[in-house]
Amino acid sequence: MTGSAAQLDADGNLRHLLTLDGLSRALLTEILDRTEGFLSVARQAVKKVPLCRGKIVANLFFETSTRTRTTFELAAKRLSADVLNLNISTSATAKGETLLDTLRNLEAMHVDMFVVRHADSGAAHFIAAHADPHVAVINAGDGRHSHPTQGMLDMFTIRQHKGDFANLCVAIVGDVLHSRVARSELSALRTLGAGEVRIIAPRTLLPVHAEALGARVYHDLREGVRDADVVIMLRLQRERMRGALLPSEHEYFQLFGLTEERLATAKPDAIVMHPGPINRGVEMDSQVADGPRSVILEQVSNGIAVRMAVMSMCIGTQNLRSAGQADG
Amino acid sequence: MADPTRISLCNGRLLDPASGVDEELAVHIAGGRVAALGPPPAGFHAERTIDAGGLVVCPGLVDLCARLREPGGEHKASIASETRAAAAAGITTLCCPPDTSPVIDTPAVAQLITQTAERAGWARVVPAGALIRGLAGGQISEMVALKRAGCAVMSHADAPIPSTQVQRGAMEYASTFGLTLFLRPEDHYLRDQGCVHEGRVSTLLGLPGIPEAAETVALARDLALAEQTGARVHFRGLSCARSAAMLAGAQRRGLAVSADVSAHQLFLTEDDIGEFDSNCHLRPPVRTHADREALRAAVARGEIAAICSDHQPHEPDAKLAPFPATEPGISALETLLPLALALVAGGVLDLRTAIDRLTQGPAKILGLPLGRLEPGSIADICVFDPDERWVPSPATLVSHGHNTPFLGRELRGRVRLTLLGGRIVFEREPA
Repeated sequence: MTGSAAQLDADGNLRHLLTLDGLSRALLTEILDRTEGFLSVARQAVKKVPLCRGKIVANLFFETSTRTRTTFELAAKRLSADVLNLNISTSATAKGETLLDTLRNLEAMHVDMFVVRHADSGAAHFIAAHADPHVAVINAGDGRHSHPTQGMLDMFTIRQHKGDFANLCVAIVGDVLHSRVARSELSALRTLGAGEVRIIAPRTLLPVHAEALGARVYHDLREGVRDADVVIMLRLQRERMRGALLPSEHEYFQLFGLTEERLATAKPDAIVMHPGPINRGVEMDSQVADGPRSVILEQVSNGIAVRMAVMSMCIGTQNLRSAGQADG
Repeated sequence: MADPTRISLCNGRLLDPASGVDEELAVHIAGGRVAALGPPPAGFHAERTIDAGGLVVCPGLVDLCARLREPGGEHKASIASETRAAAAAGITTLCCPPDTSPVIDTPAVAQLITQTAERAGWARVVPAGALIRGLAGGQISEMVALKRAGCAVMSHADAPIPSTQVQRGAMEYASTFGLTLFLRPEDHYLRDQGCVHEGRVSTLLGLPGIPEAAETVALARDLALAEQTGARVHFRGLSCARSAAMLAGAQRRGLAVSADVSAHQLFLTEDDIGEFDSNCHLRPPVRTHADREALRAAVARGEIAAICSDHQPHEPDAKLAPFPATEPGISALETLLPLALALVAGGVLDLRTAIDRLTQGPAKILGLPLGRLEPGSIADICVFDPDERWVPSPATLVSHGHNTPFLGRELRGRVRLTLLGGRIVFEREPA
């Protein structure tokens, strides 16, 4: 399997978060439980806890992002860390500096944690493999591979609404082929033991070995969401409309766009999710996006708490390590 | 002291697939050629007698595809550095693809390469001439001039041929003059941005995949054009089971087509990529277990007549990046023979067949009188210990490229002595 041994220390504590593959059910549950605890911080008058005080977190975004970067920044600040935001797509690499050079320079500034987004699958693994052992790496999205904090915030949102995963039917609709979000969700759903997982898309947007992701494949939206408890819509990048993957936004919406009417086959209490940003009228109708079953904005709030949970766990592992070294 | 010109190799197991000899037989060398097998010729006095007891003596290996990085890629390696590694690997002849910089599309570049190799003196280098000028555009190259300048074959390396019309013209022109074409079947539209086999691992790791059809579509086109033009085509580096079946079908129909496979394709699968191991970033990609088994069977049956290294040495930085951003390829000269021997240990090939695919098989494809050891043959000879175990590491590899997934894996079989035209170019004491 493709689970990363590198992200755990010898005692099974989280050093990095690179992928959800290979993480145990107990560890995923621990992340969800800690998230629960951090949710209340947002409701306090003083929205800060001191768990990462004195630590420096660098947001390394080789791909532009507003929401993910902002929620990581907020999460770090609520943990009392200092935050550096670096949009590297426009600076160092454009001058010919290699990724490794950029990394070395930041390490020289004694950064404790890298939050990394990069267009290449495997970039976070690469950085974790070559970073100083004292630095924690959190993957904020690498190519088509993984976006583990998004996956966990979606699991958290599902658990909030539905409780146990065992009896759930989860339908994921859209561009699974290019989606790191879908890969992370599917990985977590496998580990957490979801009852049934489906993916719904035309074959041009599905990976060839979809069954390796532990899901049943549907090409018909109504069939795919029938009796579903959770419907997750994936973002469709505009560039997929060009070329041979899809004929038009119009036809995509006709076949795979979520409307109130098409949602009728799902369970009456089904929730609708989307990692954002939504293309209204492409992936879903505004009526659904803003409707009573939509939990899209809750996902955003939960995102901050999940990121706090993950960052505090990695920094906690670092502290254990340096305490151990001080003792030794 | 001058190099000895009369050498006797005694007590070794002489294995020459071309003549079928496989027995303990001495080899006597004089004037750069094999003077006699068995008892020395009358009046022969060896200046040096080498005891090859317990060792295998076979023709020097012939490698159909090795990038030496010169000219143009000297930050990775050089003709001198890589031919020296070849000598240490028992390889005496290397064919280098034309995608150097400048491209091998003029006699001057071809001669620069052969002369640099001759000066270095470690191995014969046979350049493959570019089929199309600059490996791009629609102008076929001066193939006859390239042939006269030492290019044994014409190749398009890994570059896409711009159109089937240009390809047809190039193949017809080549066939007029009896030239052999090296083609690596790949439809570059289907490959697109792919960097691994499109399958289970690409699905799980979210890496852009290269479908099997990228190879089979191109192979079908190339076979049809070979049939139409009568060109003699050699397919480089097949990667999947279906390609092997298509090749065998064409051979049964009587087409003059041959093929090789890179040694690592007979061992690695997509699963070896593990967690984005950039040393397994290859082009063509390593595919499934079933593909690997079919390629092994095609080698055993002789449909695939040669195993080559597909040597691609890199500087460390070329592999230090996220997987898709790394450069593909393995530094593979020094693992070629041990991997072939591992097929023998694994019961896939007998030793004679394994050596055939490394000597006579590729030599025939190049159309060169090499890869055999009979009286009168050019004395290119490899002497190896089939049982010595060793571990490839930056310390043990001679190549400037240390980019291999076999680093740190124990291999069995190691070269002890290499002769090039009767001259000792490599010698190592037993460990």
